[in-house]
Amino acid sequence: MSNKPNSGDVVKIITESEEFEGVLMPRPDILDEDVTVVKLDSGYNIGISNNKIKKIELVKKYTPKKTVKSKLKITKGLPNVTVLSTGGTISSKVDYRTGGVYADYTAEDFVEMMPELCNVANLKAKKIMSIMSEDMGPKEWIAVAKEVEKEINSGADGVVVSQGTDTLHFTSAALSFLLKDLSKPVVITAAQRSIDRGSSDAFMNLFCAITAAANFNAAEVMTCLHGTTNDDYCLLIRGTKVRKMHTSRRDAFRPINDMPLAKVYENGKIEVVNKNYKEKNNSKTKAADKFQEKTALIQIYPGMDPKIIDFYVEKGYKGIVLAATALGHVPTEKSSSNLLPNIKKAIEKGIPIVIASQTLYGRVHPLVYTNLRKLSIQLGCIFVEDMLPETAYIKLGWVLGNTSKASEVRELMQKNISGEITERSEDKSFLY
Amino acid sequence: MNYQKLGFKCGLEIHQQLEGLKLFCNCSTLNLRDSLPDIVFERRLRAVAGETGEIDLAAKHEMAKLKKYIYEGDSKDCCLVEMDEEPPHPINPDSVDTALQVALMLKAKIVDEIQIMRKTVVDGSNTTGFQRTALIAYNGVIETSKGHVRIPTICLEEEACQKIEEKEGHTKYRLDRLGIPLLEIATDIDIIDGEHAKETAEKLGMILRSTGKVKEVLEQ
Repeated sequence: MSNKPNSGDVVKIITESEEFEGVLMPRPDILDEDVTVVKLDSGYNIGISNNKIKKIELVKKYTPKKTVKSKLKITKGLPNVTVLSTGGTISSKVDYRTGGVYADYTAEDFVEMMPELCNVANLKAKKIMSIMSEDMGPKEWIAVAKEVEKEINSGADGVVVSQGTDTLHFTSAALSFLLKDLSKPVVITAAQRSIDRGSSDAFMNLFCAITAAANFNAAEVMTCLHGTTNDDYCLLIRGTKVRKMHTSRRDAFRPINDMPLAKVYENGKIEVVNKNYKEKNNSKTKAADKFQEKTALIQIYPGMDPKIIDFYVEKGYKGIVLAATALGHVPTEKSSSNLLPNIKKAIEKGIPIVIASQTLYGRVHPLVYTNLRKLSIQLGCIFVEDMLPETAYIKLGWVLGNTSKASEVRELMQKNISGEITERSEDKSFLY
Repeated sequence: MNYQKLGFKCGLEIHQQLEGLKLFCNCSTLNLRDSLPDIVFERRLRAVAGETGEIDLAAKHEMAKLKKYIYEGDSKDCCLVEMDEEPPHPINPDSVDTALQVALMLKAKIVDEIQIMRKTVVDGSNTTGFQRTALIAYNGVIETSKGHVRIPTICLEEEACQKIEEKEGHTKYRLDRLGIPLLEIATDIDIIDGEHAKETAEKLGMILRSTGKVKEVLEQ
């Protein structure tokens, strides 16, 4: 066994004039290597310049406490809920001694943190990957869908998926399309504050997600996170109509162009807000495994270079979603930023161009302005009502995984598959 | 009174609020605790392991009660950082400057790198569930007519919420005070009698006021 001290070990640091004894703390890779950090007996951390250190002596090696996991109790009559972890802040527990980030939560860990869960469901927990959500993509969405299918078809009454918040709305949209004939609730949850702080939103989010998976009579993919800054209720929002709308607030996830399906309170009560959902049933859920990776999402802005479209076409992309301005506009006037010829070329090559709005709220319209008619009638762009641009990107990738025939792509993109298009624009849903 | 015969031991721990903006955000430090609150929200805190990796048993017991904490504040001196809805901004450089000034005046050794760490707080007086605190300097000393009084630590930390009500099932706090920079000066038990304590406190107070950066009223 090496005698070289590692993070977590108790060490004695000897400089020319002093001695410090404490726990050697980990130092993040990004910072300068020229400082050693120790946690003193008082609990305070101190940074010591390496050029002052004469010697570091190992006093005691760190042996992590063996955690005894309590046995999970199975209660007859309680619903069975599986929690699938993929990573993210909700799974990130920092061991301050070693700097290691642990993401190995088992069902026993959840029950240890929240004993009240035992009264809600019989829990099973499975870690299916360990990834920060900004690094997820089609392969991960397909893998999650496959695991959800497996659980539902082997007796789970509901499934909870936990992941990072940043791209949670991409995952929720992906699962909404990939899971065909969904028969049980699939609830995606996450946390904005890490689970190693007493104030973490993870606890209530997980409790409400498990409650919804156990007791909400909806065969839908939905997100479950705080509805307000209070620890009072979480919102269950349809997976195709949700978006992260703040970098850091607990209540960052808002329904866009739709009302939330329900509120789940911290005492377990579920209050339906929007009855427009499919109820639980006995069909066999099937997870699709095809997604066209060469699908792009482009943000439209004034003065942009239209050649960005040519770039994707040259790279062999099969479909492009434009997050256009307001009703569906793109620059057309100045020759330096007129997108029309480039869009025309792409469509002639068989590459569908889908138009959603970067305002997020509201509905695009193919006819109201001359320039919109140029895009829709003259060129044949596909306008997708009040679909979110992120949802449109996901849906296009899924559609192109199944067909490349232009007429079929158009039909599927404009057909409401999983609530991604609403028929009526309700006043109350703006800035809900 | 023969203090020596009594076995008298005394040390001082002073917390001094600093002027300027808050320690980890750009809110003012007006501490408008009597104004009508326009921010109100409630939270619960859970027992978690702090930086030592262990859950304090008292904390676990306290938190198992899942008490409700109600927070009120005036939006003039309270932002998303106090609400635990935004990560802390970089530490207020003016507060650090003042702390370093005081450390030098107390002939203390300044650390090579200031490390901000989290001290678990179990009573809800910090919305995050912990207090951000940093050791600035150590091994200082102050000269008095009755010998030196050693100053083992000088720390810079954030002030906590002000408790305004405690009832069965809930505790109410004001957010305005949360995040005000606090300079904490702790002496060793070198104080030999009542007069000495007074002299030491006065000397420390004078040093703090000489920076021109401290708040006039010492908070409890």
